[in-house]
Amino acid sequence: MSATKAKVAVHKFSSCDGCQLAFLNMGEDLLALFDQVDIIHFAEAGPLNREASVDISFVEGSLSTPEDIHRIKKIREKSRYVTTIGACATAGGLQALRNVAQQDDWIQSVYATPQYISSLDQVMPIHEQIAVDFELRGCPVNTRQITAVLRSLLNGVTPVNEQDKVCMECKRQHEVCAMVARGLPCMGPVTRAGCGALCPGVGRDCYGCYGSAENANTASLGGRFHLLRLNQNQVRHRFVSFNGADPVFASAGSMGTGKND
Amino acid sequence: MHSPLRNFLPRNNFSELLTALSDGGYRCLAPKVCDGAIVYKELPSQDTLSTGISIHQAPGSYRVEITDSARNFGWSNGPQGLKPLVFKSRETLWSVRRDTNGQMTFTESAAEPDPVAIIGVRSCDLAALALQDKHFLNNHNRDSHYQTRRASLFLVAVNCTHPSDTCFCASTGDGPTAQDGFDLLLDELDDGFVIRAGTEAGEKILETLPVDPVAPEQAEAISRQNQRARECQTRRLPSRNLEQALFENLEHPRWRTVAQRCLSCANCTSVCPTCFCYSEQDTGTLDFTRSEHVREWDSCFTQGHSYIHGLTIRADTKLRYRQWLTHKLGSWHSQYGRSGCVGCGRCISWCPVGIDITEEVTAIVSAET
Repeated sequence: MSATKAKVAVHKFSSCDGCQLAFLNMGEDLLALFDQVDIIHFAEAGPLNREASVDISFVEGSLSTPEDIHRIKKIREKSRYVTTIGACATAGGLQALRNVAQQDDWIQSVYATPQYISSLDQVMPIHEQIAVDFELRGCPVNTRQITAVLRSLLNGVTPVNEQDKVCMECKRQHEVCAMVARGLPCMGPVTRAGCGALCPGVGRDCYGCYGSAENANTASLGGRFHLLRLNQNQVRHRFVSFNGADPVFASAGSMGTGKND
Repeated sequence: MHSPLRNFLPRNNFSELLTALSDGGYRCLAPKVCDGAIVYKELPSQDTLSTGISIHQAPGSYRVEITDSARNFGWSNGPQGLKPLVFKSRETLWSVRRDTNGQMTFTESAAEPDPVAIIGVRSCDLAALALQDKHFLNNHNRDSHYQTRRASLFLVAVNCTHPSDTCFCASTGDGPTAQDGFDLLLDELDDGFVIRAGTEAGEKILETLPVDPVAPEQAEAISRQNQRARECQTRRLPSRNLEQALFENLEHPRWRTVAQRCLSCANCTSVCPTCFCYSEQDTGTLDFTRSEHVREWDSCFTQGHSYIHGLTIRADTKLRYRQWLTHKLGSWHSQYGRSGCVGCGRCISWCPVGIDITEEVTAIVSAET
């Protein structure tokens, strides 16, 4: 980028704020970050200037109100690059579960004064409303991912799209396959890498929080889950959770079962 | 290569072998049950080997059972052979630093010699190691990282007496008994081990052990159990060179049906003791002063593996599975003078959906047999 420091904004939509913590968790690298960029807007950390023009906007959260759509379009206009971070921004997040539920019933039963609720019919990932330059998946994303994308953008190169399956990271760490050795319904074979096989590393099956990997065979894995004695609803829940608007997982969830195996 | 059956090491003297290896400067890796599978773990001095482990393998399934058997090696194999010890799943090849004047300094990383004795190596994994040697230590392009680690190995092999249902080393000619490639070779009996050396280093260790002569009935028992291990294997690969047969069947409908099941998750290539594909990338610090060039295990089942300058050559699973099988069992012959499969059966057991390489290849070349 230019000789002057790049300007960075971190915006938030419907989300838990957890992905923004990947910046704050940088530790000593925060000092290096401040040497490289000026943080113009980052409400969770302090700086407020949401209207400013910036080089890179990081966007957390999904779109769930009409006001969100207006605001994200403004952000697009003011940003050279937009990078979305996390399951909400890239694939709807947990709140996209309402896309497959009776929304009005929920609003009536949850809120004391439902007449004040103004929400979109469908929760949307950011890329459904604006052009997104790069997407970082994960629930939440981690500091390693944020650092890698920042380095690439500051160097003027396209960030590496990590799209392999979790199994690759899992086997590189020599974890014993939880599905084969213990019969756990692991989502690793269809889930995108990036977490460092966190759950298999502590003896748990992957639950798919990074969304779908490239070339994910959800039908075959769903079929395997049935053989592991999961019923149709349980298989559905494996696929539709953190990434409710991930088209590959959503489609697998709506089928509920695989045809093969 | 190795001497006849002469030396019997009683079970209660087995610790003498571990002591001799330790005195010889080796740290010992021994099989342990960890997270539901056999893995090689460092054996602390004075510790003993696990006993009574029994392994049940089937397509997509691996289960451990602990029995009251006194034997240490009455099982087939774990998810990994020797590959992770010589070809690291992730390692830095070189790094670069940039000083305040913008001057860059490149430093090559070197593997440190680390003498290590592996207890309980199977013949399939010795055959796989010989294949990895052909790849990483070929005369034109020696991999120094591999070479250093390879030279650090002391291999205590055991003739396999309990192949799993997924094993087919007898049909590939790589087991269940070891022919060469070991420093020491054990045949396990209920009351101890017949032990022989395959190298001078092995001979040196063997000389220090309190051994007894081998009784004729012990030699017969060994012969019987080795034959049983061979005959109990039900899976098999066609033992001939399949290169032509596979490449004549590139449009066989079976590629499509196996691709419907295949997750392209790369578990098969990760556990395969001969697969050697890797990718390289750079990881740098945020202040742009340091960067590391890292090599890590890759697989022909990933998109990146066939990505060349804007084009993904093998975008779908059918092409990826076909690449793997036609290389492993076909073009490997032209490349290394033999098939790339040693019959360990890991790709069958550790495939989450239980795809069986012997079944697939048989279906694909069946018209040719």
